[in-house]
Amino acid sequence: MLIGNYKESYASDEAIFRTPATRAWMGAAAVAALVFPFVAGDYLLYLANLMLMLALGGLGLNILIGFTGQISLGHAAFMGVGAYATAILASRFGLPFWLSIPAGGALATGAGMVVGAPSLRIKGLYLAIATLSAQVIFEWVFTNWTSVTGGIRGLNIAPASIAGFRLDTDERIYFLILGVTVVHFLLASNLRRSRWGRAFVAVRDRDVAAEIVGVNLFRTKILSFMVSSYYAGIAGGLWVYFTKVITPESFPLSLSIQFLAIVIVGGLGSIKGTVYGTVFMTLVPEVLKAVTGLARVVWPNAQSYLFPLRDVVFGLLIVVFLIFEPHGLAEVWNRVKRFFSLWPFEK
Amino acid sequence: MSEGLVHLVQLLVSGVVTGGIYALVAMGFVVVYKATRVINFATGEFMMLGAFFAWTAMGALQAPFVVALLAAVAASALLGMATERIVLRPLLGQRTISVIMVTIGLAAIFKGLAQIAWSGDYRTYPSIFPRAPIELGPILLPSRQFYPFLIAVAAIALVGLGFRFTRTGVAMRATADDQMAAFGMGIDIRRIFSLSWSLAAMTAAVAGVVVGIIGGISPQLGAIGLRTFPVVILGGLDSIGGALVGGVIIGVLENLAGGYVDPLLDGASLKEVVPFVVLVFTLMVRPYGLFGTREVERL
Repeated sequence: MLIGNYKESYASDEAIFRTPATRAWMGAAAVAALVFPFVAGDYLLYLANLMLMLALGGLGLNILIGFTGQISLGHAAFMGVGAYATAILASRFGLPFWLSIPAGGALATGAGMVVGAPSLRIKGLYLAIATLSAQVIFEWVFTNWTSVTGGIRGLNIAPASIAGFRLDTDERIYFLILGVTVVHFLLASNLRRSRWGRAFVAVRDRDVAAEIVGVNLFRTKILSFMVSSYYAGIAGGLWVYFTKVITPESFPLSLSIQFLAIVIVGGLGSIKGTVYGTVFMTLVPEVLKAVTGLARVVWPNAQSYLFPLRDVVFGLLIVVFLIFEPHGLAEVWNRVKRFFSLWPFEK
Repeated sequence: MSEGLVHLVQLLVSGVVTGGIYALVAMGFVVVYKATRVINFATGEFMMLGAFFAWTAMGALQAPFVVALLAAVAASALLGMATERIVLRPLLGQRTISVIMVTIGLAAIFKGLAQIAWSGDYRTYPSIFPRAPIELGPILLPSRQFYPFLIAVAAIALVGLGFRFTRTGVAMRATADDQMAAFGMGIDIRRIFSLSWSLAAMTAAVAGVVVGIIGGISPQLGAIGLRTFPVVILGGLDSIGGALVGGVIIGVLENLAGGYVDPLLDGASLKEVVPFVVLVFTLMVRPYGLFGTREVERL
């Protein structure tokens, strides 16, 4: 039975992966992630790519909502800004992906700065509505600024390539997406332990108190918006190279809501919770699809109920988690872990 | 009247008609916000369900229109009450993001259930009103806009008067004003919360039927609910009068943009975003809206 976690140096106290067990598990996960594309089928690989990008975007939103306590209903719009910027730079100006994706992230950061600026004056419900209108307005611009965005027909781009090696299959692009996502998760873990990360949390917990101890509210909130939309923009850039075509329909309000669901189901303010949330919210519809597929044997109409049923289950998950498990899957996981580590003596 | 003037007046009139519907939905929204400080993202879905309830009553049960409308309102009232009791009450006092998300989740549930119950098809009500368009001087109003507008106005007047003069209305206003004081005076706050939600669901149901008569019914009808946000923010989240004024302003602006600007744009529709642009400006200049209570908070 593990009764404590004894540390002898500051370095070990500050480590991201704190116990040998965690390090072993993370190592195993890394190996599994590297081997995955060679053993998994096409569809699983597609899902894995999707989940990695959603997790990256979701992490951005979690930094904003979970760390800083601000609300955004326009996260998909920032992803769209990053995606369009990446696509335009790549297709019109021929930039390679290792320049166009960061440039897309930078542009999304700028958009986040503009949208986040009102957050000093307005908060809570008002901020939610302000970001909602940003979503609507950005979507409108994507659709109607035809000369730049290609309108509803969208933009096509060539696959990413580096030194003549083309990342044109799901398997090859997987490593790019995996690498970028893992790096950004590590960055976020470090951000939380930094001066800025602590300022985020201070603003979330009590903004007045934060201001009194010397946190500049405006700068902190803006920075949080910028970091959040940077993550979304990078996810958008990867999305472009993954699908090789973007249209305004790729970034609807429902995607913003999907991100919110990921963050809430996973656990507000929890980095690993973002991963759990993404996996959970992606796999539930798949399970549902499998179940309706099986039900077709006894009930031939089952398939036609799949889409509405998905809506219902999606909504139910959000409602049930908010009412019964507001800290999300991260908390469930911690509870399970505690139960087993104390096992015979747990009441 | 010259042709240009007729065009303008025509746009203004249909703007007011649209605005009346927005105002009706916005009213339910404001009632809930005043009492419980919750913003209901499922407003559009409440409208959609109300429209379907009335459609079912008229189609399957062969009820006359007025009975169907009342039945839809009654069913929605129950639904609103149940929603408050089951979903919103456990979250009283929780973070804003939780309360927002739970209504978004509700919206998804309602939309999915409606699609299962009534399928995704597009429906229309059997014809209810005389077909002849209404002539107001040189202005022609299609009958399927005119009569629904009357219904909306009647519903607004009914709710407004109820708020002003009935005992329950006074209790609701007292609760909105100062919850502790109202509680101390013996007002049952929980009952007021539940009544606010059922009232919001009722106004949404009437608005849903009205929108359904004008444009047909489908599970997508709820999308119009998003457009009430600009209305309530412009008018002030906690002002019923503001909801009316905001509704008409947004309705008129939208129609003017549609009538004068859209033909100049090549395929783009400014009408779609104008309310949200107004919303952004309102938030920047006067976040509490035209008639809302100014919350003083300095940071």
